[in-house]
Amino acid sequence: MKFRLTALAAGLALTLGAPAAQAQQRQGFTFWYGLTGQLSDVVQEVCKRFNDSQQQYQITCTSQGDYAKALQNTIAAFRAGEQPTIVQVYDIGTADLMLSGQYVPARALMSEQGYDVDWSNYIAPIAAYYANSKGEMLSFPFNSSTAVMYWNRAEGRKVGFENPPATWEDLHKALVAMKQAGSACPMSMDFDSWALFEQFTAAHNIPVASKDNGYGGLDAEYVFDNQPLVKQHFNNLLNWYKDGLIKVRTPESGQNVIASFASGDCNVTFGSIASHQTVRLTAKEGLDWTPALLPVYAGHERYNTRVGGASLWALKGRPQTEYKGAAAFFAFLATPESEEFWSTRTGYVPVTRTGYERMKDEGFFERPENVGREVAMKSLLLREPTPLTKGLRLGNLTQFRAAYANEMQAAFAGQKSMDQALASLQEQGNQLLRRFQQTYRGKTLP
Amino acid sequence: MERRATFRSPLLPWLLVLPQLLIIFVFFYWPTGEAFHWAFTLEQPWGGGRQWVGWQNFQEIFGSAAYWSSVRTSLTYAFGTSALAILIALLLALFIDREVRASRGWRVALIWPYAIAAPAIGMIFRFVFDPRAGVFSTLNALWPGAWDPALNGTHAMLMLILAGAWQLVAYNFVFFLAGLQSIPRPLIEAAAMDGAGPLRRMRDIQVPLLAPTFFFLVVINLTDSFTNSFGLVDIMTAGGPARATEIMVYKIYADGFKGLDYSGAAAQSIVLMGLVILLTVIQFRFVERKMHYR
Repeated sequence: MKFRLTALAAGLALTLGAPAAQAQQRQGFTFWYGLTGQLSDVVQEVCKRFNDSQQQYQITCTSQGDYAKALQNTIAAFRAGEQPTIVQVYDIGTADLMLSGQYVPARALMSEQGYDVDWSNYIAPIAAYYANSKGEMLSFPFNSSTAVMYWNRAEGRKVGFENPPATWEDLHKALVAMKQAGSACPMSMDFDSWALFEQFTAAHNIPVASKDNGYGGLDAEYVFDNQPLVKQHFNNLLNWYKDGLIKVRTPESGQNVIASFASGDCNVTFGSIASHQTVRLTAKEGLDWTPALLPVYAGHERYNTRVGGASLWALKGRPQTEYKGAAAFFAFLATPESEEFWSTRTGYVPVTRTGYERMKDEGFFERPENVGREVAMKSLLLREPTPLTKGLRLGNLTQFRAAYANEMQAAFAGQKSMDQALASLQEQGNQLLRRFQQTYRGKTLP
Repeated sequence: MERRATFRSPLLPWLLVLPQLLIIFVFFYWPTGEAFHWAFTLEQPWGGGRQWVGWQNFQEIFGSAAYWSSVRTSLTYAFGTSALAILIALLLALFIDREVRASRGWRVALIWPYAIAAPAIGMIFRFVFDPRAGVFSTLNALWPGAWDPALNGTHAMLMLILAGAWQLVAYNFVFFLAGLQSIPRPLIEAAAMDGAGPLRRMRDIQVPLLAPTFFFLVVINLTDSFTNSFGLVDIMTAGGPARATEIMVYKIYADGFKGLDYSGAAAQSIVLMGLVILLTVIQFRFVERKMHYR
């Protein structure tokens, strides 16, 4: 009996010991992310480049499904004490993680590991979204995007619009003309709040919520329903839908807005610059198109749009040695070469000034496959971010977005008026904010 | 003449059922206990702490219009799916039992759909019901806008019920066929000799004798529609449009996992669990007892 136990222990030690011995040479750590398909392949390439670039650390990167699933899985793992060293969290999961305090702030991590980072090198509106109230970044922007209008240039020219319209009034004229010219779908939209609501308010410098959109504290309240321009905008969209100028395209009905644009079915749509790649690769043969700045209403000044996408967080509770690897990985990602690699293979924008400058100098944005992508940078860098355009720091944003979709669907289906829908959305939003505030009672945003 | 196995040691039977008890404890009682705990607290998703809030979570869900809408939606879906699935399965089973041509082949074909996972069914039916490219797009070709599940809640619900029923038909069919085949042949033959035609025999002999199967299936179908409809909803409608297909399980998922409101979702799961327990009690207390014909 005793012999058997010893043999068993020896066997176990051998099997467990073998990988441990390898890991002694290279410090391993893990990275979980929320991208799938082609984007996931590119992340894997990035990880491989990092592993090949040095001998000390070994990163293991795992896709956890989409953003929401990656966050769910990470939280579950965290509660079981099995969290990864680095995790990718999407923009609207930021508030939860900030309040939890279960992360190592970016600055602390880098200085502890002896890296001297020039933080002003990060592009201001991108850094502002992931920074605390003192403007210090808590996480590292990774895949960053912003909202643009996708414009079918050929169809625009047919109705006398040489360039994409800069105002909603002109866009309306163009849509009417396109319909008269026989287009079955001048513009497509879905019920995602990001481009047509959140980014719309940024471009017009309109508050979504009080206290600088929540940056000022957890007791913020939604105020968008009190903004005449928001009401006017959504009533316009509804009227244009009724007039047949806008068609609804959702994934559930078989075609999302980007596919409707790339196939040439619809002439105008709104979405993330990250879809540039998708449109380019799936566009109908000969589609003449370009991304353009979001329109603004006539008589309103244009402001910068906010950053979207996700950032990378170092989570607490891992062995100290793993943070050395994490810091090395973050430093690696911030090199201009890495940024160019990432932006070339995806539709995302560079996040540092040096990366952006280098790509400009090398003529990145003049290459035929990238034409139009500078629009996103222009939109982000239009001016210094104001307290209202730097971001939304609101709790339960996922549920708010779901409520937005439901209220919009109710209005578009004619169950209630647009004004009723917006009022109801504001009320539901405030309930969500109060619940969030109660959940984190006694805590303040960093 | 009763035969009973006895164990010499009182410990042995407990040891024998221990693995089963452990599994039930780990996968049912433990999570249920946690859910109860969460339902009375406000839980921070990242585990930073929780505070006791008493009945607040329940008050909030019972006071929310969205919650009652999800209850209504669940009931519509459950009763719609069950009624349709039972009716169609009964008809099919009656035909197969009459040995229509090639019924052996049909029998196998009719059992297959139950083996398909709900998300796969959702994907297939999404193509079938696609307003521009699917089978139903012919409706739109004739009358533009006649079929619009992306914005019309009734259409979306109809689409879900059809897909849900399609899967349940297979399950029900197996039970109905078994029930039909266990009806004593002499009864049917006697009726035939008395001059009753096939339809009359179905109405007066076969269907009444199927009553126990029928009630069993009603309960199973209802319970199944309450809890297993998640995959279909997630793929086909994601709860929309305007909450028209947001059934209770989907709302629990959306609030808890997507929205990170663990406490609110836990309270909703407790209510749903109560509902399903109630259905099961009804089955055991009333249906099983009263439905003994033989």
